[in-house]
Amino acid sequence: MIRSLLFACALVSVATTAGIVWVLARETWQFFQQVNVFSFLFGTRWTPLLEPRSFGVLPLVCGTMLVVVGAAIIAIPLGLGSSIYLSEYAADRVRGFLKPALEVLAGVPTVVFGYFALTFITPLLKAALPSTQVFNAASAAIVVGIMILPMIASLSDDAFRAVPRSLRDAGYALGATKFEVSTQIVFPGALSGVLASFVLAISRAIGETMAVALAAGATPRLTANPLQSIQTMTAYIVQVSLGDTPAGSMEYLTIFAVGMLLFLITLAMNLLGNRILRRFHEVYE
Amino acid sequence: MIRTVNLQRRRTIGKLFHGLFLAATLAGVALLLVLLLEVAREGIGWLDWQFLTSFPSRFPASAGIKSALWGTVWLIALTAIFSIPLGLGAAIYMEEYARKGRLNTFIEINIANLAGTPSIVYGILGLALFVRWMALGRSVLAGALTMSLLILPTTVIASREALRAVPNSIRLAAYALGATRWQTIWSHVLPASLPGILTGIILSLSRALGETAPLIMIGALTYVAFLPKSPMDGFTALPIQIFNWSSRPQQEFYNLAAAGIIVLLVVLLSMNAVAIVLRHRSQKNLRW
Repeated sequence: MIRSLLFACALVSVATTAGIVWVLARETWQFFQQVNVFSFLFGTRWTPLLEPRSFGVLPLVCGTMLVVVGAAIIAIPLGLGSSIYLSEYAADRVRGFLKPALEVLAGVPTVVFGYFALTFITPLLKAALPSTQVFNAASAAIVVGIMILPMIASLSDDAFRAVPRSLRDAGYALGATKFEVSTQIVFPGALSGVLASFVLAISRAIGETMAVALAAGATPRLTANPLQSIQTMTAYIVQVSLGDTPAGSMEYLTIFAVGMLLFLITLAMNLLGNRILRRFHEVYE
Repeated sequence: MIRTVNLQRRRTIGKLFHGLFLAATLAGVALLLVLLLEVAREGIGWLDWQFLTSFPSRFPASAGIKSALWGTVWLIALTAIFSIPLGLGAAIYMEEYARKGRLNTFIEINIANLAGTPSIVYGILGLALFVRWMALGRSVLAGALTMSLLILPTTVIASREALRAVPNSIRLAAYALGATRWQTIWSHVLPASLPGILTGIILSLSRALGETAPLIMIGALTYVAFLPKSPMDGFTALPIQIFNWSSRPQQEFYNLAAAGIIVLLVVLLSMNAVAIVLRHRSQKNLRW
């Protein structure tokens, strides 16, 4: 009796996934009754709210990519550097202070980062590069980078610490310096875990919503210029749901189509990242 | 492998990178400090009793977060009611009952992926499932149900870790005295892992506290001049109010947003502090 009750609790998580897939699939199916799949996936104009309507999702994907690439450029070197420092260099006391600080950074709500981008990063960018628009991809990319930095640092730190001490000692016995041990023994040994941290963090950046909704703008366009206003997939969904959209209308359906695309991309990356993590956990045990 | 360059140079490179790695770590901490200082500088002057006890307003000077604060309290309380039994139940099943097999692996992979699913996707689920299909409307109940699903994976993962930390000898001792599996769990495993479980639950709930996107999706209102009286009432929440103020162009509203952020962060940090104290205590008292 209790056992089945607890089993039911465990099944709720499976039901949640099923619910997400079902809800997204049902409305997306409706959407594709009216819009060609190819013109959705490969169209270069996204104007679902204005006549003449056009439902090419590439501008939103491009905006997302612009933010994600910028965030990765910031978060990967910084995150990797801090994880090496935390696991290889830091004394226990220093670690005991730095690690919680990064955890606090990870716990700051995303809307706060959005505010920070808008009121602090954007004015800085504007002062440095006057062509910066009020809403721009770069500002959002910077805060999303700050946001995923703790995730990379903490997951990579775990990976480095899973490398057995004996391997390090072997390196030192051969006369290697700490840097050489870290980069030529520990890093290769933890490579899969480090890669998994990148994949999972980038997946998180793709799904990031509030910072990009506040700072990156609402102008879907195909551009590689990070100083321009763009729109990401998530920011579009927010924009539509802030307005009053009747169920079943075309605007309503686009939320689900874009949401489906977002879900599939992040799902693929999460599956990949978690798979790498699982495999790497077995290596040294 | 290690190339035969002269030792002096290798040591210099080592020192250089030591500095770089340290700088990378400090960059994260420095960014956190800059963020906190910036928010404090902008918002502290606006933070007063009137701000905490007024409804939002078109006039910045008389605007406040009363409805947002109460909405958040309602939301978190209801979320706790739904997510704690669900998450704990799932964790107990997976740690104590489930046999290692395909089904368990499947549930595990599923939970790991749910933990990485963007929060806005949960918002879409909440909109279609709770707001429309179950016809709960844009109520605080619909919001809490959505949040419960959102934090379920983190609650389960944290609770499982706490349960796993209880040594098997405790369970075996209980079985040896003739206790049933449930008696063992209820009177021995759960009390022993309680601090760890509470820590996990508090951290999960603090995540729900800061989430904005799902609430926007299910249509939490941005202007609310009343307090929710039942779970079926409309509501707003602190992060929504902050988002709303941040998206206006006037400087005064930025200041209000910053003051709201201070309140949000104070609540969040005190929840984290409680969690850290609990974790610390559990490590002290329980030595197996």
